[in-house]
Amino acid sequence: MADDQMKQDTPGPPVDGAAPGKPPAAAKPGGTAGAAAKAAPKPAPVPPGPPDPPPPDDLPRPAYLEALISRFGGAAQLAFWVGDWSVIVPPDRLLEAARILRDEPAAAFDYCSDVTACDWPTRAERFDLIYCLYSTRHRNRVRLKVRAADGQAVPSVTGVWPAANWLEREVFDMFGVPFAGHPDLRRILMPDDWQGHPQRKDYPLEGPGELLMEDPHEWLRLRRSADEADLS
Amino acid sequence: MAAGSVESMATDATRPMFDTDELVINMGPQHPATHGVLRVVLKLDGETVVDADVVIGYLHRGIEKLSENRDWTQIILLTDRMDYVAAATNNLAYCETVEKLLSLEVPRRARYFRTILAELQRIASHLVWLGSHAMDIGAVTVFLYCLRERELVLDLFEEYCGARLTYNAMRVGGLPLDVPPGWDRRVLQFCDVLLEKMVEYETLLTQNRIWLERTRDVGVISGPAAVAIGLSGPLLRASGIPRDIRKDEPYAAYGEFTFDIPVGTRGDTYDRYLVRLEEFRQSVRIIRQAIEGLPEGPVIGKVPRLIKPPAGETYHANEAPKGELGFFIASDGKSTSPYRLRVRPPSFCNLQGLPQLVRGHLVADVIALIGTIDIVLGEVDR
Repeated sequence: MADDQMKQDTPGPPVDGAAPGKPPAAAKPGGTAGAAAKAAPKPAPVPPGPPDPPPPDDLPRPAYLEALISRFGGAAQLAFWVGDWSVIVPPDRLLEAARILRDEPAAAFDYCSDVTACDWPTRAERFDLIYCLYSTRHRNRVRLKVRAADGQAVPSVTGVWPAANWLEREVFDMFGVPFAGHPDLRRILMPDDWQGHPQRKDYPLEGPGELLMEDPHEWLRLRRSADEADLS
Repeated sequence: MAAGSVESMATDATRPMFDTDELVINMGPQHPATHGVLRVVLKLDGETVVDADVVIGYLHRGIEKLSENRDWTQIILLTDRMDYVAAATNNLAYCETVEKLLSLEVPRRARYFRTILAELQRIASHLVWLGSHAMDIGAVTVFLYCLRERELVLDLFEEYCGARLTYNAMRVGGLPLDVPPGWDRRVLQFCDVLLEKMVEYETLLTQNRIWLERTRDVGVISGPAAVAIGLSGPLLRASGIPRDIRKDEPYAAYGEFTFDIPVGTRGDTYDRYLVRLEEFRQSVRIIRQAIEGLPEGPVIGKVPRLIKPPAGETYHANEAPKGELGFFIASDGKSTSPYRLRVRPPSFCNLQGLPQLVRGHLVADVIALIGTIDIVLGEVDR
């Protein structure tokens, strides 16, 4: 998929070096073994992803998912946890799944409650995109999930649910997931010239703040001298 | 007559009488009527709004990121600081989501008490909304009246937990404190006072000609359009969609009470006012039932000392005063803090509808429409 569009927005060299000991690229493609070795000095290794447990066999599948399952077959993976149903579909068929869920009379998920993401940096497709849907007619909820690699463009669902506009902007701002076909893909919470995407797991909690934007090298120098002071 | 004379200029159809350039102005971020640090870039044709671009993020404190580095109990404090005029409902939504992840049973008394607190909070939040909305449109008296009654709610909260704004009033599994002695009686007294004083607000506003002129048919949005753009809470109900999470997906103890969902017919600013006004009465109804039926027993369930939900993720939504307040929480099962915590703030999603509401209206109506959406920037930006 197109992963060119958003590259300029991923952290530049000073940021990468600054994120303490966690270069984001290292964790990405190597699979679990290489990534686990890389993450060895860290106290708690990040799990490779959410469990997404399949529904128990004796649990009847809800009627609102039948249309999607019959169309997708094995491509749609079902998960059930603490009473919530979720469906995991491949990103290139996201729009198809979204339209089925919205337009099929038994589903009628006309209300997009939330669009959010979750970062699992040790997994090759590191981002989980989560669409929380609600049907104002049947009063059901379901979650649609898509997995995407870093920089991989995911089709925007703004054409299906206009409510996703700002929500996708926030995901783009916080995680750097580019949405293809979004009408207005700008940062929303962070300043327009911000570097990096704060909700990524490799983005430090204590950020460099405004000094980084003004003078990255000075910030790096200060950071290093603080580390040396810690050592001595 | 000479070609350049005044008469020929006036009759020359090709030459515009006035400049017709569109004017771009900033409303905010420091503007008393934007209820905080909201900036709206308005594109104006004369005094009519052609388009609006909402700029937010001035109050972004990274609560979601911070939550990944705090333990499950500490996050309750952070939720106080999102919608700070309705802190208790934020506490409730967060605690219920964690309880869902833990599959934890909450004692019945705690559920009843939580419902009372949430409804008191709804009244307080709506009072702030009504007061500031009316003041934006010019009715300063209503603001003073509303804050007078809100003070009584804050007193009740202070008596319960010692705080007046950021309560930290709930815990995972229940509540930290039991009902103070005599508190339930004072809540009932407050309910009587509120219903009495509401007559005053209605006398001042409901049939007020200026109020009607400023709110009738201003910012009309149809039901399907409101669903599509993701409005929730009173805004959605005023457009005729009877959606209330308290009824549709009952949480706390709402399933055990009878109450009505007020819906509007026109979907304009006046309907949104009427819907919220009726919600005061329904809240009072719920509180009275809850106090009457308040069961005996503990207020906190069997909570493990170290909260560590099993690996998994869930989304749980509450009907906050402003709309659907949802929490999406992912736990990795190992650490004592959430792996990912996402807040679905109602104000954020409702504010998204602002450009659609203001198009074609006057600049003065923008003020009325920001007021009718009922935003709290602490929640929009988190």
